[in-house]
Amino acid sequence: MNFLRMKSWSPYLVGALIGVLSWFSFATADKPLGITTAFEYTAALVEKAAAPGLAETNSYYGEPENKPKIDWEWMLVIGVFIGAFASSKLSGDRTAQSVPPLWKWRFGDSAPKRFAAAFFGGALMMFGARLAEGCTSGHGISGALQLAVSSWIFVALLIASGVGTAFLIYGKEGANRVRSNQ
Amino acid sequence: MFDPTSKLLLGLVTGIVFGFLLQKGRAAKFHVILGQLLLKDWTVVKIMATAVAVGTIGVYALVSFGYATLHIKPALLGGVLLGGVLFGAGLAIFGYCPGTSVAASGEGRRDAMLGVAGMLVGAGVYVALYPQLQPIIKGLADWGKITLPQATSVSPWFWIAGLVIAIAAVLTIIERISARNSKTLNN
Repeated sequence: MNFLRMKSWSPYLVGALIGVLSWFSFATADKPLGITTAFEYTAALVEKAAAPGLAETNSYYGEPENKPKIDWEWMLVIGVFIGAFASSKLSGDRTAQSVPPLWKWRFGDSAPKRFAAAFFGGALMMFGARLAEGCTSGHGISGALQLAVSSWIFVALLIASGVGTAFLIYGKEGANRVRSNQ
Repeated sequence: MFDPTSKLLLGLVTGIVFGFLLQKGRAAKFHVILGQLLLKDWTVVKIMATAVAVGTIGVYALVSFGYATLHIKPALLGGVLLGGVLFGAGLAIFGYCPGTSVAASGEGRRDAMLGVAGMLVGAGVYVALYPQLQPIIKGLADWGKITLPQATSVSPWFWIAGLVIAIAAVLTIIERISARNSKTLNN
Protein backbone atom coordinates (compact mmCIF):
# COMPACT_ATOMS: atom_id res chain seq x y z
CA MET A 1 0.00 0.00 0.00
CA ASN A 2 2.89 2.36 0.77
CA PHE A 3 4.08 1.82 -2.77
CA LEU A 4 0.71 2.94 -4.16
CA ARG A 5 0.80 6.02 -1.91
CA MET A 6 4.14 7.23 -3.30
CA LYS A 7 3.97 10.55 -5.19
CA SER A 8 6.02 9.24 -8.07
CA TRP A 9 7.63 6.11 -9.42
CA SER A 10 10.77 5.77 -11.50
CA PRO A 11 10.05 6.71 -15.13
CA TYR A 12 11.72 3.46 -16.18
CA LEU A 13 9.37 1.41 -14.00
CA VAL A 14 6.36 3.35 -15.30
CA GLY A 15 7.55 2.92 -18.89
CA ALA A 16 8.17 -0.81 -18.46
CA LEU A 17 4.72 -1.27 -16.92
CA ILE A 18 3.08 0.67 -19.79
CA GLY A 19 4.97 -1.67 -22.14
CA VAL A 20 3.53 -4.68 -20.29
CA LEU A 21 0.09 -3.02 -20.36
CA SER A 22 0.39 -2.87 -24.16
CA TRP A 23 0.98 -6.66 -24.18
CA PHE A 24 -2.15 -6.99 -22.07
CA SER A 25 -4.28 -4.83 -24.36
CA PHE A 26 -3.12 -6.70 -27.48
CA ALA A 27 -3.60 -10.09 -25.80
CA THR A 28 -7.02 -9.44 -24.23
CA ALA A 29 -8.74 -7.00 -26.62
CA ASP A 30 -6.50 -7.23 -29.71
CA LYS A 31 -6.24 -3.43 -29.46
CA PRO A 32 -3.34 -0.99 -29.22
CA LEU A 33 -3.45 1.67 -26.48
CA GLY A 34 -4.80 4.90 -27.98
CA ILE A 35 -6.84 7.90 -26.90
CA THR A 36 -7.97 10.13 -29.73
CA THR A 37 -10.25 7.83 -31.76
CA ALA A 38 -12.67 7.94 -28.81
CA PHE A 39 -12.79 11.75 -29.08
CA GLU A 40 -13.49 11.49 -32.82
CA TYR A 41 -16.29 8.96 -32.25
CA THR A 42 -17.84 11.09 -29.50
CA ALA A 43 -17.80 14.16 -31.76
CA ALA A 44 -19.22 12.12 -34.67
CA LEU A 45 -22.07 10.77 -32.50
CA VAL A 46 -22.88 14.23 -31.15
CA GLU A 47 -22.86 15.84 -34.61
CA LYS A 48 -25.06 13.09 -36.02
CA ALA A 49 -27.54 13.51 -33.18
CA ALA A 50 -27.52 17.31 -33.47
CA ALA A 51 -27.79 17.50 -37.26
CA PRO A 52 -28.97 14.20 -38.79
CA GLY A 53 -29.39 15.81 -42.23
CA LEU A 54 -25.84 17.12 -42.24
CA ALA A 55 -24.51 13.71 -41.26
CA GLU A 56 -26.18 12.17 -44.33
CA THR A 57 -24.26 14.44 -46.67
CA ASN A 58 -20.94 13.96 -44.85
CA SER A 59 -18.95 11.10 -46.40
CA TYR A 60 -17.40 10.43 -42.96
CA TYR A 61 -20.37 8.31 -41.96
CA GLY A 62 -20.22 6.20 -45.12
CA GLU A 63 -16.63 5.02 -44.65
CA PRO A 64 -16.44 1.38 -43.46
CA GLU A 65 -13.53 2.12 -41.04
CA ASN A 66 -15.51 4.87 -39.25
CA LYS A 67 -17.84 3.14 -36.83
CA PRO A 68 -18.58 5.73 -34.16
CA LYS A 69 -19.69 3.98 -30.97
CA ILE A 70 -19.06 3.62 -27.25
CA ASP A 71 -16.32 1.03 -27.40
CA TRP A 72 -13.26 -0.42 -25.62
CA GLU A 73 -11.20 2.69 -26.33
CA TRP A 74 -13.96 5.03 -25.13
CA MET A 75 -13.94 3.23 -21.78
CA LEU A 76 -10.13 3.32 -21.77
CA VAL A 77 -10.29 7.14 -21.78
CA ILE A 78 -12.77 7.13 -18.87
CA GLY A 79 -10.42 4.71 -17.12
CA VAL A 80 -7.41 7.01 -17.56
CA PHE A 81 -9.31 9.74 -15.72
CA ILE A 82 -10.30 7.37 -12.89
CA GLY A 83 -6.82 5.84 -12.64
CA ALA A 84 -5.10 9.23 -12.42
CA PHE A 85 -7.70 10.41 -9.92
CA ALA A 86 -7.10 7.31 -7.74
CA SER A 87 -3.32 7.62 -7.97
CA SER A 88 -3.34 11.31 -7.02
CA LYS A 89 -5.85 10.70 -4.20
CA LEU A 90 -3.67 7.94 -2.73
CA SER A 91 -0.54 10.12 -2.74
CA GLY A 92 -2.14 13.51 -2.13
CA ASP A 93 -0.42 14.76 -5.28
CA ARG A 94 -3.43 16.82 -6.39
CA THR A 95 -3.78 20.40 -7.54
CA ALA A 96 -6.58 22.61 -8.86
CA GLN A 97 -3.99 24.76 -10.61
CA SER A 98 -5.27 26.91 -13.48
CA VAL A 99 -2.12 28.80 -14.47
CA PRO A 100 1.15 26.80 -14.41
CA PRO A 101 4.19 28.80 -13.13
CA LEU A 102 6.09 28.73 -16.45
CA TRP A 103 3.00 30.05 -18.26
CA LYS A 104 2.57 32.73 -15.61
CA TRP A 105 6.14 33.90 -16.04
CA ARG A 106 5.57 34.30 -19.80
CA PHE A 107 1.93 35.45 -20.06
CA GLY A 108 0.85 36.65 -16.60
CA ASP A 109 -1.53 35.15 -14.11
CA SER A 110 -4.83 35.57 -16.01
CA ALA A 111 -6.77 32.29 -15.76
CA PRO A 112 -9.13 33.10 -18.69
CA LYS A 113 -6.11 33.72 -20.93
CA ARG A 114 -4.59 30.38 -19.94
CA PHE A 115 -7.93 28.60 -20.37
CA ALA A 116 -8.39 30.07 -23.87
CA ALA A 117 -4.90 28.94 -24.88
CA ALA A 118 -5.43 25.47 -23.39
CA PHE A 119 -8.74 25.16 -25.24
CA PHE A 120 -7.23 26.29 -28.55
CA GLY A 121 -4.07 24.20 -28.08
CA GLY A 122 -6.15 21.13 -27.22
CA ALA A 123 -8.34 21.63 -30.29
CA LEU A 124 -5.34 22.10 -32.60
CA MET A 125 -3.58 19.06 -31.14
CA MET A 126 -6.65 16.85 -31.56
CA PHE A 127 -7.24 18.08 -35.11
CA GLY A 128 -3.64 17.11 -35.93
CA ALA A 129 -4.03 13.75 -34.20
CA ARG A 130 -7.08 12.88 -36.30
CA LEU A 131 -5.39 13.98 -39.55
CA ALA A 132 -2.56 11.58 -38.71
CA GLU A 133 -4.84 8.97 -37.08
CA GLY A 134 -2.95 8.85 -33.80
CA CYS A 135 -1.41 10.69 -30.87
CA THR A 136 1.43 10.30 -28.38
CA SER A 137 -0.18 7.01 -27.28
CA GLY A 138 -1.56 5.66 -30.56
CA HIS A 139 1.47 6.57 -32.68
CA GLY A 140 4.12 7.46 -30.08
CA ILE A 141 3.86 4.28 -28.02
CA SER A 142 1.57 1.75 -29.75
CA GLY A 143 2.55 2.54 -33.34
CA ALA A 144 6.24 2.92 -32.57
CA LEU A 145 6.37 -0.44 -30.78
CA GLN A 146 4.66 -2.08 -33.77
CA LEU A 147 7.42 -0.53 -35.91
CA ALA A 148 4.85 1.28 -38.09
CA VAL A 149 6.35 3.57 -40.73
CA SER A 150 3.52 6.13 -40.28
CA SER A 151 4.14 6.29 -36.51
CA TRP A 152 7.89 6.87 -36.71
CA ILE A 153 7.34 9.70 -39.23
CA PHE A 154 4.67 11.19 -36.95
CA VAL A 155 6.91 10.97 -33.88
CA ALA A 156 9.80 12.70 -35.66
CA LEU A 157 7.51 15.55 -36.76
CA LEU A 158 5.78 15.93 -33.42
CA ILE A 159 9.14 16.22 -31.65
CA ALA A 160 10.45 18.77 -34.18
CA SER A 161 7.26 20.83 -34.12
CA GLY A 162 6.72 20.53 -30.35
CA VAL A 163 10.29 21.49 -29.45
CA GLY A 164 10.30 24.30 -32.03
CA THR A 165 6.99 25.75 -30.81
CA ALA A 166 8.00 25.46 -27.14
CA PHE A 167 11.23 27.41 -27.80
CA LEU A 168 9.30 29.99 -29.89
CA ILE A 169 6.94 30.54 -26.95
CA TYR A 170 9.32 30.37 -23.98
CA GLY A 171 12.80 30.77 -25.49
CA LYS A 172 16.10 29.84 -23.89
CA GLU A 173 15.25 31.92 -20.85
CA GLY A 174 12.08 29.91 -20.30
CA ALA A 175 14.01 26.69 -20.71
CA ASN A 176 16.43 27.81 -17.99
CA ARG A 177 13.51 28.38 -15.64
CA VAL A 178 12.54 24.72 -15.83
CA ARG A 179 14.18 22.97 -12.95
CA SER A 180 15.76 19.77 -14.19
CA ASN A 181 14.83 17.42 -11.37
CA GLN A 182 15.98 14.18 -12.96
CA MET B 1 -23.63 1.92 -30.60
CA PHE B 2 -22.07 -0.11 -27.74
CA ASP B 3 -19.40 -2.82 -27.54
CA PRO B 4 -20.31 -5.87 -25.41
CA THR B 5 -20.15 -5.16 -21.67
CA SER B 6 -17.19 -7.49 -21.07
CA LYS B 7 -15.15 -5.58 -23.64
CA LEU B 8 -16.20 -2.24 -22.17
CA LEU B 9 -15.10 -3.42 -18.72
CA LEU B 10 -11.80 -4.62 -20.11
CA GLY B 11 -11.24 -1.20 -21.67
CA LEU B 12 -12.09 0.49 -18.38
CA VAL B 13 -9.65 -1.66 -16.39
CA THR B 14 -6.88 -1.14 -18.96
CA GLY B 15 -7.54 2.60 -18.83
CA ILE B 16 -7.47 2.75 -15.04
CA VAL B 17 -4.03 1.11 -15.01
CA PHE B 18 -2.85 3.42 -17.81
CA GLY B 19 -4.05 6.55 -15.98
CA PHE B 20 -2.57 5.37 -12.68
CA LEU B 21 0.80 4.86 -14.38
CA LEU B 22 0.75 8.22 -16.19
CA GLN B 23 0.06 10.00 -12.89
CA LYS B 24 2.74 8.07 -10.99
CA GLY B 25 5.18 8.79 -13.82
CA ARG B 26 4.55 12.57 -13.34
CA ALA B 27 3.56 12.77 -17.01
CA ALA B 28 0.25 14.47 -16.16
CA LYS B 29 2.01 17.74 -15.31
CA PHE B 30 2.44 20.86 -17.44
CA HIS B 31 5.98 21.55 -16.24
CA VAL B 32 7.11 17.99 -16.98
CA ILE B 33 5.75 18.04 -20.56
CA LEU B 34 7.09 21.55 -21.25
CA GLY B 35 10.33 20.60 -19.48
CA GLN B 36 10.68 17.81 -22.03
CA LEU B 37 9.87 20.04 -25.04
CA LEU B 38 12.40 22.59 -23.73
CA LEU B 39 14.93 19.73 -23.39
CA LYS B 40 15.43 20.16 -19.63
CA ASP B 41 13.41 17.31 -18.08
CA TRP B 42 13.74 13.93 -19.78
CA THR B 43 10.97 12.13 -17.85
CA VAL B 44 8.63 11.79 -20.86
CA VAL B 45 11.32 10.38 -23.16
CA LYS B 46 12.37 7.90 -20.45
CA ILE B 47 8.78 6.67 -20.02
CA MET B 48 7.97 6.46 -23.72
CA ALA B 49 11.25 4.90 -24.83
CA THR B 50 11.08 2.25 -22.09
CA ALA B 51 7.44 1.50 -22.95
CA VAL B 52 8.33 1.07 -26.62
CA ALA B 53 11.34 -1.17 -25.87
CA VAL B 54 9.39 -3.43 -23.50
CA GLY B 55 6.20 -3.28 -25.57
CA THR B 56 7.74 -4.19 -28.92
CA ILE B 57 9.24 -7.45 -27.65
CA GLY B 58 6.01 -8.73 -26.10
CA VAL B 59 3.64 -7.55 -28.82
CA TYR B 60 5.73 -9.09 -31.62
CA ALA B 61 6.01 -12.31 -29.56
CA LEU B 62 2.20 -12.38 -29.19
CA VAL B 63 1.79 -11.78 -32.92
CA SER B 64 4.28 -14.48 -33.90
CA PHE B 65 2.45 -17.02 -31.68
CA GLY B 66 -0.87 -15.97 -33.22
CA TYR B 67 -2.34 -14.39 -30.06
CA ALA B 68 -2.69 -10.90 -31.52
CA THR B 69 -2.57 -9.02 -34.80
CA LEU B 70 -0.77 -5.82 -35.68
CA HIS B 71 -2.86 -2.65 -36.01
CA ILE B 72 -0.86 -0.36 -38.25
CA LYS B 73 -2.05 3.12 -39.19
CA PRO B 74 -1.68 3.85 -42.91
CA ALA B 75 1.26 6.00 -43.99
CA LEU B 76 -0.87 8.61 -45.78
CA LEU B 77 1.89 11.18 -45.99
CA GLY B 78 -0.30 14.29 -46.30
CA GLY B 79 -2.24 13.49 -43.13
CA VAL B 80 0.76 12.26 -41.15
CA LEU B 81 2.98 15.23 -42.07
CA LEU B 82 0.42 17.99 -41.50
CA GLY B 83 -1.03 16.14 -38.50
CA GLY B 84 2.39 15.74 -36.86
CA VAL B 85 3.21 19.44 -37.24
CA LEU B 86 -0.17 20.68 -35.94
CA PHE B 87 -0.08 18.12 -33.12
CA GLY B 88 3.35 19.27 -31.93
CA ALA B 89 2.34 22.95 -32.02
CA GLY B 90 -0.92 22.28 -30.13
CA LEU B 91 0.96 20.15 -27.61
CA ALA B 92 3.43 22.96 -26.84
CA ILE B 93 0.63 25.53 -26.43
CA PHE B 94 -1.58 23.26 -24.32
CA GLY B 95 1.16 21.55 -22.31
CA TYR B 96 -0.45 18.12 -22.19
CA CYS B 97 -0.85 15.36 -24.78
CA PRO B 98 -4.24 13.66 -25.25
CA GLY B 99 -3.71 10.84 -22.73
CA THR B 100 -1.90 12.96 -20.16
CA SER B 101 -4.52 15.75 -20.40
CA VAL B 102 -7.21 13.29 -19.34
CA ALA B 103 -4.91 12.08 -16.54
CA ALA B 104 -4.14 15.70 -15.55
CA SER B 105 -7.89 16.37 -15.35
CA GLY B 106 -8.10 13.40 -12.98
CA GLU B 107 -5.33 15.03 -10.93
CA GLY B 108 -7.52 18.16 -10.65
CA ARG B 109 -5.78 20.52 -13.08
CA ARG B 110 -8.25 23.10 -14.39
CA ASP B 111 -6.35 24.12 -17.53
CA ALA B 112 -6.19 20.46 -18.60
CA MET B 113 -9.98 20.19 -18.28
CA LEU B 114 -10.46 23.19 -20.59
CA GLY B 115 -8.04 21.62 -23.04
CA VAL B 116 -10.00 18.34 -23.03
CA ALA B 117 -13.11 20.36 -23.96
CA GLY B 118 -11.07 21.95 -26.77
CA MET B 119 -10.00 18.45 -27.89
CA LEU B 120 -13.65 17.47 -28.36
CA VAL B 121 -14.15 20.58 -30.50
CA GLY B 122 -11.01 19.79 -32.52
CA ALA B 123 -12.34 16.27 -33.16
CA GLY B 124 -15.70 17.79 -34.14
CA VAL B 125 -14.06 20.10 -36.68
CA TYR B 126 -12.22 17.11 -38.16
CA VAL B 127 -15.44 15.11 -38.54
CA ALA B 128 -17.37 18.08 -39.96
CA LEU B 129 -14.63 18.85 -42.52
CA TYR B 130 -13.88 15.17 -43.27
CA PRO B 131 -14.91 15.31 -46.98
CA GLN B 132 -12.93 18.50 -47.62
CA LEU B 133 -9.85 17.17 -45.75
CA GLN B 134 -9.52 13.99 -47.83
CA PRO B 135 -7.53 15.61 -50.70
CA ILE B 136 -5.04 16.97 -48.12
CA ILE B 137 -4.74 13.68 -46.20
CA LYS B 138 -4.42 11.56 -49.34
CA GLY B 139 -2.80 14.25 -51.48
CA LEU B 140 0.78 13.07 -51.08
CA ALA B 141 1.96 9.48 -51.24
CA ASP B 142 0.03 6.59 -49.69
CA TRP B 143 2.51 3.93 -48.58
CA GLY B 144 -0.25 1.86 -46.97
CA LYS B 145 -0.27 0.05 -43.61
CA ILE B 146 3.41 -0.74 -43.70
CA THR B 147 5.96 -1.55 -40.99
CA LEU B 148 9.70 -0.89 -41.03
CA PRO B 149 10.47 -4.65 -41.33
CA GLN B 150 8.09 -4.92 -44.31
CA ALA B 151 9.50 -1.79 -45.94
CA THR B 152 13.04 -3.14 -45.65
CA SER B 153 12.20 -6.85 -46.19
CA VAL B 154 14.05 -8.02 -43.08
CA SER B 155 12.89 -9.96 -40.02
CA PRO B 156 11.07 -7.85 -37.40
CA TRP B 157 13.41 -9.30 -34.78
CA PHE B 158 16.33 -7.60 -36.50
CA TRP B 159 14.56 -4.24 -36.10
CA ILE B 160 13.48 -5.04 -32.53
CA ALA B 161 17.02 -5.93 -31.48
CA GLY B 162 18.35 -2.74 -33.10
CA LEU B 163 15.63 -0.60 -31.54
CA VAL B 164 16.11 -1.98 -28.03
CA ILE B 165 19.88 -1.45 -28.24
CA ALA B 166 19.38 2.09 -29.60
CA ILE B 167 16.91 2.97 -26.82
CA ALA B 168 19.24 1.57 -24.15
CA ALA B 169 22.10 3.64 -25.59
CA VAL B 170 20.05 6.87 -25.73
CA LEU B 171 18.77 6.42 -22.16
CA THR B 172 22.30 5.71 -20.91
CA ILE B 173 23.55 8.91 -22.55
CA ILE B 174 20.67 10.92 -21.02
CA GLU B 175 21.52 9.54 -17.55
CA ARG B 176 25.24 10.30 -17.98
CA ILE B 177 24.56 13.89 -19.05
CA SER B 178 22.06 14.52 -16.23
CA ALA B 179 24.51 13.08 -13.69
CA ARG B 180 27.24 15.39 -14.98
CA ASN B 181 24.91 18.42 -14.96
CA SER B 182 23.74 17.83 -11.39
CA LYS B 183 27.40 17.45 -10.32
CA THR B 184 28.34 20.86 -11.76
CA LEU B 185 25.23 22.39 -10.18
CA ASN B 186 26.21 21.04 -6.76
CA ASN B 187 29.80 22.23 -6.93
